[in-house]
Amino acid sequence: MSKKRRFNTSLGDQFLRLVTFLMAFSVLVLMAWMGWQMFDAARPSIHTFGFSFITSRVWDPVKEQFGALPFIYGTLMTSLLALLLAAPIGLGVAIFLNEMAESKFRAVIGFLVEMLAAIPSVVYGLWGIFVLAPWLRETVEPGLAKWLGFIPLFQGTPVGFGMLAGGLILAMMILPTIAAISREVMASVPNMQREAALALGATKWEMIKVAVLPYAKTGIMGGIMLGLGRALGETMAVTMVIGNRPDILPSLFAPAYSMAAVIANEFTEATYDLYLSALVEIGFILFGITLVLNFLARLLVWSVARGPKGGNLV
Amino acid sequence: MKDYIRKYKNWLMLSIFVAATVIALVPLFGVLGYVLKNGLGALNMQFFTNLPKAMGLSGGGMANAIVGTLIMVLIASLIGIPVGILAGIYLTEYDRHSWFSTAVRFATDVLTGIPSIIVGIVIYTAVVLKMGNFSALAGGLALAIIMIPLIIRSTEEMLKLVSHSIREAGYALGISKGKTILKIVLPTAAKGIITGAMLAIARVSGETAPLLFTALGNQYWARSLNEPIASLPVQIFQYATSPYKEWHQLAWAGSLVLILLIIIINLAARFAFRSRHS
Repeated sequence: MSKKRRFNTSLGDQFLRLVTFLMAFSVLVLMAWMGWQMFDAARPSIHTFGFSFITSRVWDPVKEQFGALPFIYGTLMTSLLALLLAAPIGLGVAIFLNEMAESKFRAVIGFLVEMLAAIPSVVYGLWGIFVLAPWLRETVEPGLAKWLGFIPLFQGTPVGFGMLAGGLILAMMILPTIAAISREVMASVPNMQREAALALGATKWEMIKVAVLPYAKTGIMGGIMLGLGRALGETMAVTMVIGNRPDILPSLFAPAYSMAAVIANEFTEATYDLYLSALVEIGFILFGITLVLNFLARLLVWSVARGPKGGNLV
Repeated sequence: MKDYIRKYKNWLMLSIFVAATVIALVPLFGVLGYVLKNGLGALNMQFFTNLPKAMGLSGGGMANAIVGTLIMVLIASLIGIPVGILAGIYLTEYDRHSWFSTAVRFATDVLTGIPSIIVGIVIYTAVVLKMGNFSALAGGLALAIIMIPLIIRSTEEMLKLVSHSIREAGYALGISKGKTILKIVLPTAAKGIITGAMLAIARVSGETAPLLFTALGNQYWARSLNEPIASLPVQIFQYATSPYKEWHQLAWAGSLVLILLIIIINLAARFAFRSRHS
């Protein structure tokens, strides 16, 4: 740009550039500020309990004892269960939509899968309380106990409200995320790859196996991690079906508690500063975990589907 | 490998993918079906006009919650949409390739993955504690924070679709860069940007967790933006977890209204976008 051009740039132009820059910058500020706010508010709890906060299983507000292990356990168990269910199904949906479905059919099914993500968490929770939990209690859990009862995971009284319900409802909620990202990544596989495989006489499945999946593998991993991130932080639906009992029990039928759920339930009831600070520390841990997870996941997805440079000018 | 085995395997795997898609859609119809069935039975005019009644009494409504949701979504939009669009403009029009814009883009993507309850905590410590009370403003602010990264993302995608020759045409006519952006690039991408904004609105109107300890909830009308205010999602949560049958009914009715609202916004957004491309 020549010097003369620069002089011609009007004040309004520079103003627009400055304003848009500040707004973009505010995203970085926002993120750092959120982290700082949480750390600051969690400090009393961090100082008081130190490392034992995440290893202690005692959560007793009356005695001012706070250990987050039961919540970490509940969060991890439900999220892993959700991942085990949603990852293969979500991948299947993505393959179906991307590699098999006719374009009209694809638009409709794609829209329906996206609607699954549009249903509010609290509505899933409502449905979980009145439909899913009773069904689990009366049909699924007795059945599982009968056939697989020799495994500790499937022992105990069928309650309905517990980790199984939490995991199932999370699976429904993260499936669209996994499907959508996997689809995006698969769509970025060059068609030449597919054609080459087909030209060698591959069946459709062989084509998917040798040409599409290896290419998209990294991005799909990213999608699954994003799904996991969503499951870890999902609040309302889990709060409503997990049973809300801070215990560590091996059975999936047993009521448990999750990190997000304890924050949602007890935050407004926290009657003294240390109690509130302990809850914020749980939030801070959750923030840290999801931050790292999202960071890694985005790196994986970006390496495949979306260039970190934001694409070239069209 | 024998050919018929390969064909059989092909058939088997493809069927598995179809089955996965069917399984994925079962919960959608399950949830929508129950909400429709139970919600329609409980929905009537009183639901839209009345305040909540004391537990055990029938005839209560969620008028204040519906209005509360609209107010907070409006506050969130007033903050989130301009911030998001302006930041999106910077990332596409002024600075696509520097480390700074890469960092902002990355932070935007990461922010969309932060649990919404975290936003609630942050607004509680930063706003509610400082101002001394729960309020519609705090709730709206929390929703705005969730909205911003969504809007940045969609604005960016839409502006990237605008052909560069259009920008060059503007410069060739001697129009300044700022004017080119405002008068040529933005109008070209307007429908897409509006679609993105509508989808973001749909997304935040169902958010519960960030409102629990920012807006709190209210059984009555809030008289100012500086008071606790009711919202549909929070009200649904409170009623669903209560032991009263009348309140469960209202929770279903509230869910139906909320889902209809979200689906209508979603469909309208898609329709607006499609009409641009046809």
